[in-house]
Amino acid sequence: MQAFLHQVLSGIATGGIYASIALALVMIYQATNHVNFAQGEMATFSTYIAWKLIDIGFPYWIAFLITLVFAFAAGVAIERVIVRPFYKAPVLSVVAVFIGLLLIINALSGAFFSYTIKPFPSPFPTDAWYASPYLSSHEVGMIFVTLAVLAAVFAFFRFTPLGLAMRAAAENPVSSRLVGVRVGWMLALGWGLAGLIGAVAGMMTAPIVYLDPYMMFGILLYGFAGALLGGIDNAWGAVLGGFIVGVLQNLAGAYLVGTELMVTVALVIIIGILVVKPSGLFGRTIVTRV
Amino acid sequence: MRFATTMLAAASLLALVGPAFAADAPGVAATEIKIGNTMPYSGPASAYGVIGKGEAAFFKMVNDKGGVAGHKIDFISVDDGYNPAKTVEQVRKLVEQDNVAFLFNTLGTPTNSAIQKYLNVKKIPQLFVATGADKWGEYKQFRWTMGWQPSYRTEAEIYAHYILREKPNAKIAVLYQNDDFGKDYVAGLKDGLGNKYSKMVVKEASYEVTDPTIDSQVVSLQASGADTLVTAATPKFAAQTIRKVYDIGWKPLHFMTNVSISVGSVMVPAGMEKGVGIISATYGKDPTDPTWANDAGMNEWRAFMKKYIPDADLKDANYVYAYGVALTMLHVLEQCKGDFSRENVMKQAADIKNLDIPTLLPGIKVSTSPTNYHPIRQMQLEKWDGKTWVLFGKVMGNAGG
Amino acid sequence: MAILDTPRPAATALFAGLSLRTWKLLGLALTLVVACVLPFVITSYELLLVTQVIVYAIALLGLNILTGYNGQFSLGHGAFYAIGAYVTAILLDKTGIPYWATIPIAGVICLVVGFLFGLPSLRLEGHYLALATFALAVATPQLLKFKDFDFLTGGVQGIVITAPSSPGLPMRDDQWLYFFCLLWTIPLFVLAWNLLRGRTGRALVAIRDHPLAAATMGIDLARYKSITFGVSAMYTGIAGALGALLAQFVSPDSFDFFLSIRFLVGIVIGGLASMTGAFFGAVFIEFVPNLADYLSKAAPQAIYGIVLIGCMYLMPNGVMGLIRRLGRHLGRLVAR
Repeated sequence: MQAFLHQVLSGIATGGIYASIALALVMIYQATNHVNFAQGEMATFSTYIAWKLIDIGFPYWIAFLITLVFAFAAGVAIERVIVRPFYKAPVLSVVAVFIGLLLIINALSGAFFSYTIKPFPSPFPTDAWYASPYLSSHEVGMIFVTLAVLAAVFAFFRFTPLGLAMRAAAENPVSSRLVGVRVGWMLALGWGLAGLIGAVAGMMTAPIVYLDPYMMFGILLYGFAGALLGGIDNAWGAVLGGFIVGVLQNLAGAYLVGTELMVTVALVIIIGILVVKPSGLFGRTIVTRV
Repeated sequence: MRFATTMLAAASLLALVGPAFAADAPGVAATEIKIGNTMPYSGPASAYGVIGKGEAAFFKMVNDKGGVAGHKIDFISVDDGYNPAKTVEQVRKLVEQDNVAFLFNTLGTPTNSAIQKYLNVKKIPQLFVATGADKWGEYKQFRWTMGWQPSYRTEAEIYAHYILREKPNAKIAVLYQNDDFGKDYVAGLKDGLGNKYSKMVVKEASYEVTDPTIDSQVVSLQASGADTLVTAATPKFAAQTIRKVYDIGWKPLHFMTNVSISVGSVMVPAGMEKGVGIISATYGKDPTDPTWANDAGMNEWRAFMKKYIPDADLKDANYVYAYGVALTMLHVLEQCKGDFSRENVMKQAADIKNLDIPTLLPGIKVSTSPTNYHPIRQMQLEKWDGKTWVLFGKVMGNAGG
Repeated sequence: MAILDTPRPAATALFAGLSLRTWKLLGLALTLVVACVLPFVITSYELLLVTQVIVYAIALLGLNILTGYNGQFSLGHGAFYAIGAYVTAILLDKTGIPYWATIPIAGVICLVVGFLFGLPSLRLEGHYLALATFALAVATPQLLKFKDFDFLTGGVQGIVITAPSSPGLPMRDDQWLYFFCLLWTIPLFVLAWNLLRGRTGRALVAIRDHPLAAATMGIDLARYKSITFGVSAMYTGIAGALGALLAQFVSPDSFDFFLSIRFLVGIVIGGLASMTGAFFGAVFIEFVPNLADYLSKAAPQAIYGIVLIGCMYLMPNGVMGLIRRLGRHLGRLVAR
């Protein structure tokens, strides 16, 4: 029983990692209707910037804030310079561009910062009251940060005019322009915010998994799975999906098939759920009428 | 095709105009010898690409000193992305297009498996392959293929014998990476424990390189009630394992693979106090271990790094590895005494007598013979005391063939 | 699709006295002649590369049928390539079946697997289908490494295969292998061409462009989509089988999920919904990594990414898109 609880809690901790990157994916999807495969690499690179700042001597929170600014600016810059020219290109060409971006940023991380793993500090003290043998203080802290970001994203899209404008720009750019929404800037803003959320995800994840250029590789995959499972057009669904994937993986590995087929089984279960609910557990089902 | 061919030929750094290659010594011209190599410079294994970088710098140093027997070394290293299909292509290019004399320190087990038959059929030396798999010592079937480092299997056997001796009633858990590296350890444990394996090993857990954490695996292993843990993980996961084991309050007798004992890359990130008591076996000196801070051999390495790769990360033990294996190669070339035909290179490689390499532990030597294709067979046990690795026991394994 | 935007010259237009169709046939004939002469004038290593390009072209054609013509997004075709390769390897390793017979067996097995995978995927669209196929790409190496299958698959160590030898013809083994692959390419491409220009092809494109309208017109979406999945898998599986003969080695590491990504890049570069595009795509994914490695030892991946983005910028519809556009402009100038 204790082992079971441990697996579940450990799964929630890992799920928190997936959920945090899933949020960045949701942000970019809501803003642009594209899934950015380079999101993980952007997050990793931002985390490296933070690491370098801390290495030079900046205190943690200053480095954190500077990194957020950098990540936002980088996101906007990438959108305007690299992604914008492909606005009207076929979907798969855009995907190819994202893949290219992924490869470039990943290679740059490795070239600038080398491949040896680097420890990344956690802002949560190790002997905090909320630490336990099941979940370290950082893991608990990270879950709360993820939920806080989730609340912010949800509130942004639901309750602010800017969020509404962004969603409109993504769903119907033509009509949005007609009512005065600056579609181009909405896209750039979406990328900037996604970069920012990604940076937070990276800085929360690195203390647990250690920083190296391939840090976000597996995580992006499972974050993607989680986001789709919960419904990619839905911030809290994506987060829940991330947690579910984490727990599912752990339980599958511990009790179902052993660790050698853990990934396969987890993915099969996810696909199975999607087949039954094709828009994800909490996604909006689009019904087309003839 | 023609374009690519021309470009590659033109790019060869020491391209001499129409070099005359002796018919019986391919890859060897009057003042040059070509050595081929494949490394993962791209893809998930690109962390190991620095080994190729280290070796290139080493051979540059040799050339700066005049080369070997009047021959400069043209070290041609190409990327295979750790993909065996790509390795086959690249090696064919090195052999048939670039006309290399032989292959040196090609990296990876599946990648080397893919080219082994081709090279042996063509009688091309496949020297000092960069993998710890045990199979590279089969001198009877594959006369032209030779390993270098002690195999993972040998290392796991050493742990198994230690357990049988010191803790014969141990309940063992194994955590391993789900690839040739990890699985070789499991095989080694099986060999070492013999028919006691099924009784003593109570749980095995594997992980994929793409898994973000191994927390779930460690929790499962603890739940099995084991009191001994053998971990065959690469640095990132090893650090996570050490930390998690400590955090959940589990105190097993913990063996860690030699691949992941670097002070700077593993013990520090994990938390130096969290790994106290971990046992490993090693054959080389750790560049971040304070024990070797003023060691003559390591200082020689540091001087080389400072001059030839000044921007390198000195915590990366891969550079130490590259130096050691390249030095072995140099020794073989010097032993050739100017005759760099493939037959002679292979003969000299199988005739290394007690070579002392400054980056190996004192007492560990490199030796080969026509019936011993495992150049390094010795290791020594060491224990982590919270600050450094403390060697204990004797150097184990026999040096001679 | 952009190809329908720019008006084309009249079908009866003549260019230098011959119709477009005649020019195309001449071009095809010339290509075939070159293809037959090529192995005797280039080196063994270069022949290896060309044969690999042909094998990739078959794989890309398979993916293009599914994604380009039928609009079903697949991030997992590397899995079918792997299955085809392992079928050949296991049959050659464990049974006495001759190498040429393993190819159609691999094809049939992949056809069935693809079809079975296509069935539940019917309900998934766009990103969700991408995830499902992606899961396949990730799961396949794990399954291949699974220790209970080791006796069959050789586990992480893989299986070594002996290359087929030339059956008494006056040519080297690798030249024979080239022709063997070519012999498979021709009927496969002809079959695809026939399929795609007829009713089936139009049905596939209709399903891609407007599934609702297609269904209203009486096209059985489920049947077409799942059979397309199967056929697409068959093509890529056959390519995998040929690839295994070429590399003479299979292991789980040869088929990581980067392979699926490379296939996707291949069809996008070559041009979606284009058969000739498969060759351009194959050339790209075979040679650009080498080019990148030559240009930069420190970060060859970055060069690859830059070249990829650059190509997309210059030709968003792939090489074939560019050729068609140029051809149309040229055609309007030259046509009488």
